[in-house]
Amino acid sequence: MDIELMINSFPKLLNATLITLKLLSVSLILGLFIGLGFAILRMNNNKLINKFAYGYSYIFRGTPLLVQIFIIYFGLGQIEYLRTTFLWVVLKEPYWCAIIAFSLNTGAYTSEILRSAFQTIKPGYLEAGRSLGISSKIIFTKIQIPIAIKQSLPAYGNEIILMLKGTSLASTVTLMDLTGVAKYIISTTFKPVEVFIVAGGIYLFMTFIIHNVIKFLEKKYGFQT
Amino acid sequence: MELLYFGDKGWGDELFFATLMTIAVSITAMIIGFIFAALFTPLKLSNNKFLNSIGNAYTTVIRGVPELLVIYLFFFGGSGAIMFVASIFGYNDYIEINAFLTGSFSIGIISGAYSTEVFRGALQSIDKGQFEAAKVLGFNKYIYFFKIILPQMLRLAIPNLSNVWQITLKDTSLISVTGLVEIMRQSYIAAGSTRDPLFFYSFAAVLYLMLTFLSMQLLNRLEIKYSKGY
Repeated sequence: MDIELMINSFPKLLNATLITLKLLSVSLILGLFIGLGFAILRMNNNKLINKFAYGYSYIFRGTPLLVQIFIIYFGLGQIEYLRTTFLWVVLKEPYWCAIIAFSLNTGAYTSEILRSAFQTIKPGYLEAGRSLGISSKIIFTKIQIPIAIKQSLPAYGNEIILMLKGTSLASTVTLMDLTGVAKYIISTTFKPVEVFIVAGGIYLFMTFIIHNVIKFLEKKYGFQT
Repeated sequence: MELLYFGDKGWGDELFFATLMTIAVSITAMIIGFIFAALFTPLKLSNNKFLNSIGNAYTTVIRGVPELLVIYLFFFGGSGAIMFVASIFGYNDYIEINAFLTGSFSIGIISGAYSTEVFRGALQSIDKGQFEAAKVLGFNKYIYFFKIILPQMLRLAIPNLSNVWQITLKDTSLISVTGLVEIMRQSYIAAGSTRDPLFFYSFAAVLYLMLTFLSMQLLNRLEIKYSKGY
């Protein structure tokens, strides 16, 4: 056991954790919006729109995240037309490609979580709102969304942790996130166990924090229907 | 479409065998995962605090650490560990372990942690009376476990196990970093040599979708079979 290496690599890995956290937070925020959008589409009565939203979540949940990143990072650059548009500024950066892939991926899972949360809302709440003469817009923003958020907290907490682990794939498109730096140190020192303990420890610590924050929120806003 | 021709002209046959490799790795990993689950589920349910914490450590660590990091640990550390064991027995040559074994083993350990949670949950939701009744009736251990507890556990576990299967199948794409030629690695090679990454990665996505779709159909049938009588 090389304790010195563990101590020396700790600041480097901690530094890389910042990139991991940045990737995680930006993709989660974007993914939440995407997820909400598709959850609303899923509840649409129009069959075509419904199928489209279902297809989106099916494709992103049925394929590995690695394929999605590779299609966006390596694949889209191949389309000549894209290279001439302003999108190319975004797509040539591995950082943004990773963010796009992560957001679309977590958006698909989030849309499923939110959809099932919306569907478990008792129709009585909506009827009560309607009979009080509240407009459907306000019913949606003030009744449906808050209840759905509370309902989906446990599942969404799992999704955050899955996404945290998912950000490790950014290292496959040259980004030096926590896993990327860990791999670099492993391949230069050939001490996989030591590096795994430190990097894994940092990941576990983050998982632990996320788990407890969600638990706290569940307790605070927890509510039985 | 020419790119998908079988034979020397296209990548059809290569991708076909790569798909078989993905299936083989997934199944092997799933079985290794079951072996781990069979070892760790009793620990998680044990009343002994020490054994219990071992079981909890396994599932917490594996489920909290990225799959890629676990794969790197076994990829870079696997042959080192085996060489160390071999050196104790006086064998000092370089040993390289097969990418298939390293890959299946690392994915297996990950899938095992999820399976452990599934089995634990299933065992805990079996009615206590079933265990007591089986004991009171004086069945031997074999009948007690295989004829009474296991069938009830499977019924509860199968829907969740099919989720574990999906996760395992998708995780196998990550072992392409170790050089094992499965769908992802083969697409990477094909994309590199034809300079057509968009086509090959999209085709890889289609292959994965096909695998998840077909396996869901099969697993749904299994689910129906095991929930007969309920």
